Amino acid sequence: MVEQLKKVPTGIAGLDELTGGGLPAGRPTLVCGGPGCGKTLLATTFLVRGAVDHSEPGLLVSFDERIPDMGVNVASLGFDLPDLEARGLLATDYVHIDRQEMHETGEYDLEALFIRLNLAVNRVGARRVVLDTIDTLFAGIPNQGIVRSELRRLFGWLKDHQLTTVITAERGEGSLTRHGIEEYVSDCVILLDHRVIEDLSTRRLRIVKYRGTSHGTNEYPFLIDEQGITVLPITSLGLRHGASNESMSTGLPQLDAMLSSKGYFKGSSTLLTGGPGTGKTTIAAHFADATCRNGERCIYFSFEESASQLVRNMRSAGIDLQPWIDKGLLRCQTSRPSLGGLEMHLALMVNAVRDFRPATVIIDPLSALLAIGVGSQTAFMALRLIDYLKSHGVTALYLSLQDSEEPTSLHISSIMDTWIVVRNMRSDTDLSRRLHIVKARGMAHSNQVRRMEITNSGVRLTDLPTAREAAEGLR
Amino acid sequence: MMTPTRPSEAAEHWSLRLYVAGQTDKSLRAINNLTRICKEHLEGRYSIEVIDLLEHPQLAAGDQIIALPTLVRRLPEPIKKILGDLSNQERVLVGLDVRPRT
Repeated sequence: MVEQLKKVPTGIAGLDELTGGGLPAGRPTLVCGGPGCGKTLLATTFLVRGAVDHSEPGLLVSFDERIPDMGVNVASLGFDLPDLEARGLLATDYVHIDRQEMHETGEYDLEALFIRLNLAVNRVGARRVVLDTIDTLFAGIPNQGIVRSELRRLFGWLKDHQLTTVITAERGEGSLTRHGIEEYVSDCVILLDHRVIEDLSTRRLRIVKYRGTSHGTNEYPFLIDEQGITVLPITSLGLRHGASNESMSTGLPQLDAMLSSKGYFKGSSTLLTGGPGTGKTTIAAHFADATCRNGERCIYFSFEESASQLVRNMRSAGIDLQPWIDKGLLRCQTSRPSLGGLEMHLALMVNAVRDFRPATVIIDPLSALLAIGVGSQTAFMALRLIDYLKSHGVTALYLSLQDSEEPTSLHISSIMDTWIVVRNMRSDTDLSRRLHIVKARGMAHSNQVRRMEITNSGVRLTDLPTAREAAEGLR
Repeated sequence: MMTPTRPSEAAEHWSLRLYVAGQTDKSLRAINNLTRICKEHLEGRYSIEVIDLLEHPQLAAGDQIIALPTLVRRLPEPIKKILGDLSNQERVLVGLDVRPRT
């Protein structure tokens, strides 16, 4: 039997899922990218998470920045490098090479670098090593031939010592790295990229090479925020989520009654579409209210209203959300769609879900979010979000501004488990609302159209008179 | 160490530190080359300290040594690092800022 490649988790949300477990254990991984793309942060996270979460002490060798400066840079993420060093979980070495001082007069090698590495590795019993950034060697050592042969020896040395290593390198013009370092690293190469698309700054990650592992080959957006690096997708895109038979009340007894499951299935995705002013938000507020009434948590992502607006408006419909916010059961996260790219919003949402662990999530509206997506990535990104929530057992309600019953251009409706439509009906004398269920996977559901009213005690659904009753009524 | 107020070559002192790793051919060559050059050109005006990093690995970081052998000219300032086995005498003298005697 062939031995499986062992992997070491990086502790970076999304990256471990993407690589099927992390970086190759005991081997060097090359992380390349241009300036400011997040190489150092990725490498530092790998070290800190290893030390803190996996009891694997680390060695940080910096060729660029002084260690105290690096410490300051990552302190905002809650990484305390001096503390880790004091606790014997981290060794650091700042290798400074000043070309101006250097003068060549014969044969030499970089043995002293090995001696320093060896000393520092032994000091803490390091299992993980970061070399940031290796290009400095090329800039500092006059003889490039020596640097190349010594790099080959260095990577061999790291492997011999079974050290899981992240080496960072500058991106080159037309090549992965400026100095062709990818030639020396055969196991795993990750490329980071930072560019501006339609005025929105976007970071992307691609696994260029990962020997012995199937890995996603696409470019994956990632975000750097106060929680560190988050790579999307957070989850594999397989259809592996379990299906639950339990359900969550919609908050509307009459709507529950229309569904044989007496609510939305736990972990399912529901799409609620309708034109402006059809009461989508009110239906969603009922759901939030029901979740919290049940003692469970809910996140309401609002892209059109502020939290206080939402609370005020819903109060007028007889739904008071404020107590749930006060109790910490309901979180309203509001932001303007134009604040950042779709990727950024999705990553923020994923972080919020990871942090708050809600049972239910409401997105109001999904259409506003998708409108800011760029090109073909949009549908893919929406899928990632839906899939992420589903795979974490979160029951999600997606609102979408839509007048017609035509499938959306993004085919979002086809991946939804339940699809509810509300619309305005205008007769000669009045305006009224109608609600019906277009589909509900895995359950019997009413195919009747209900009259929907928004009263000062919430949404009320009533039967419409059948044609026959209507005829009788006219008589 | 006293620094003369008006440095002239005669009053200057060359404080040199040679880093090596073990008694390899390269190390021995560097030590021999250095002693010979100093005797010839800096008689009475130099001191040499040889540091074997295999015995004192912790000393490598202080002078930021990565290549071996490395000769560090600590004085006169500025600090200079001369890489290699010092077999190219001309370049060693340039590195040390010593005018070869003619």
